[in-house]
Amino acid sequence: MSILKELKRGIFLENPTFRLVLGMCPTLAITTLAINGIGMGLATTAVLIGSNAVVAALKNVIPSQVRIPSYIVIISTFVTIISMLMEAYVYPLYEALGIFLPLIVVNCIILGRAEAYASKHSVGKSILDGLAIGLGFTLSLTVIGSIREILGAGSIFGYNLVGENVSMATIFSLPPGAFFTLATLMALINALTRKKSPGKKTAPAKREA
Amino acid sequence: MNLVMIFFGAIFFNNFIFNRFMGICPFLGVSKRLDTSVGMGMAVAFVMTVASTLTWLLQKLLVLWHLEYMQTIVFILVIAALVQFVEMFLQKVSPTLYKALGVYLPLITTNCAILGIAILNIGLGYNLLETIIHSLGASAGFTLAMVILAGIREKLELSDVPEAFSGVPIALITAGIIAMAFSGFVL
Repeated sequence: MSILKELKRGIFLENPTFRLVLGMCPTLAITTLAINGIGMGLATTAVLIGSNAVVAALKNVIPSQVRIPSYIVIISTFVTIISMLMEAYVYPLYEALGIFLPLIVVNCIILGRAEAYASKHSVGKSILDGLAIGLGFTLSLTVIGSIREILGAGSIFGYNLVGENVSMATIFSLPPGAFFTLATLMALINALTRKKSPGKKTAPAKREA
Repeated sequence: MNLVMIFFGAIFFNNFIFNRFMGICPFLGVSKRLDTSVGMGMAVAFVMTVASTLTWLLQKLLVLWHLEYMQTIVFILVIAALVQFVEMFLQKVSPTLYKALGVYLPLITTNCAILGIAILNIGLGYNLLETIIHSLGASAGFTLAMVILAGIREKLELSDVPEAFSGVPIALITAGIIAMAFSGFVL
C-alpha cells in the first residue's frame, strides 16, 4: 500500500518536471524522439536509485561539512557506470543522448533527492523514493518526447503514422518546439489542478533556483 | 579568423540556452530581474573560463595516465572545488564583487553549462586558446540570452497573462519565441 502511495507521490504529486520544475536541461534537449525520452529517464532513474541507496547507507559516516562533495562523487560514480554500460549495450541510444549522459551528474533532481530525502531516511525507503521520482521523470520525458515526435516527425517510437509524403510541423523537432511543448503541458497541468480545488488557489509551479 | 568564428558561433549559432539547452535552471530561476541576470552572467563567464582552462589541462594528464573514463568525476570535482575557492577568494579580496555575485556562485556548481562546455571543448578537439575563446563566447551568449529574457519578463509582470500560464510557462513560451529568432542565424 505504501509502495503505491510513494509511486503516486513521485509520479504525480511531486513530479520533478511539471511540479518541481527540476532537471530542465535534459527535458528540453533530448526529447526530440519518444525513445530518447525513455532512455534518458531510465538512465536517470538508475543513477537516482543507486545514489539514493549509497547516500542513505552512508548517512552516519559522511560528516555534514563535506556532504555535498561526497554526494557529487557518489553520483558521478554511478553516472560513469551507467554511461559505460550504455556505451557497451545500447550504443545508438548512447550516441543520441550524447553529452547529456555525463551531464546527469549536474541534474538537480539527483542532488536534490540525496540532500532532501536519502540523507534522512533508511536505505529501503530511499531506493523506493529514487524509483518513484525517477519514474515520474521518465514519464514526463516520454510524454514530451511523444508529442514532439508526433507533431514534428509524424511518427511515434519510430513507427510512421502519417505516410511518406506528408510534411509535419518541423518546428517541434527544433529547439523552439521544446519550449512550446513544455510550456503548454505545464499550463495544462496548472489549469487542471486548479479546477480540482477551486477553494484554495494553488501557486503555479515555480521554484527558486 | 577561426577564433572569431568560434567566438561568434558560440554566441549565435550554438547559443548555450537556445540551441544546446545547457544552463536552463539559472536561466529560468534568475531571469526575473535585469540586474540579477547581469550578475549571474558575469559569475558564469568567470567560472566558465577558468574551469574550462583547468579541465583542458587536466584532460592532458588523464590521457597521459590512460584514465579517460574518470573524466566526469574529475571534472565535476574540479568545478565544485573551483567554485568554493573563487567564493573564498572573492570574499577576501573584493567584498563588493563578492556581495554582487555571492548569491549566484554556489548555484554555478550545478549549472550544467560549466561541465557541459568542459566536456564539449575536449570533444571538439580545441587547443588551449580556442578553449578560452569558446568559453568566453559561450558565456557571452548565455548572458545575452538571460538579459533578453529578463527584459521581457520585467514587462510581462505588468501584463495580463492567462492564469494557468503565469510564472514558468509564460517564460518558456517567451524563450521559445526568442529561440525561433536565434534559429534564424542557423538557417
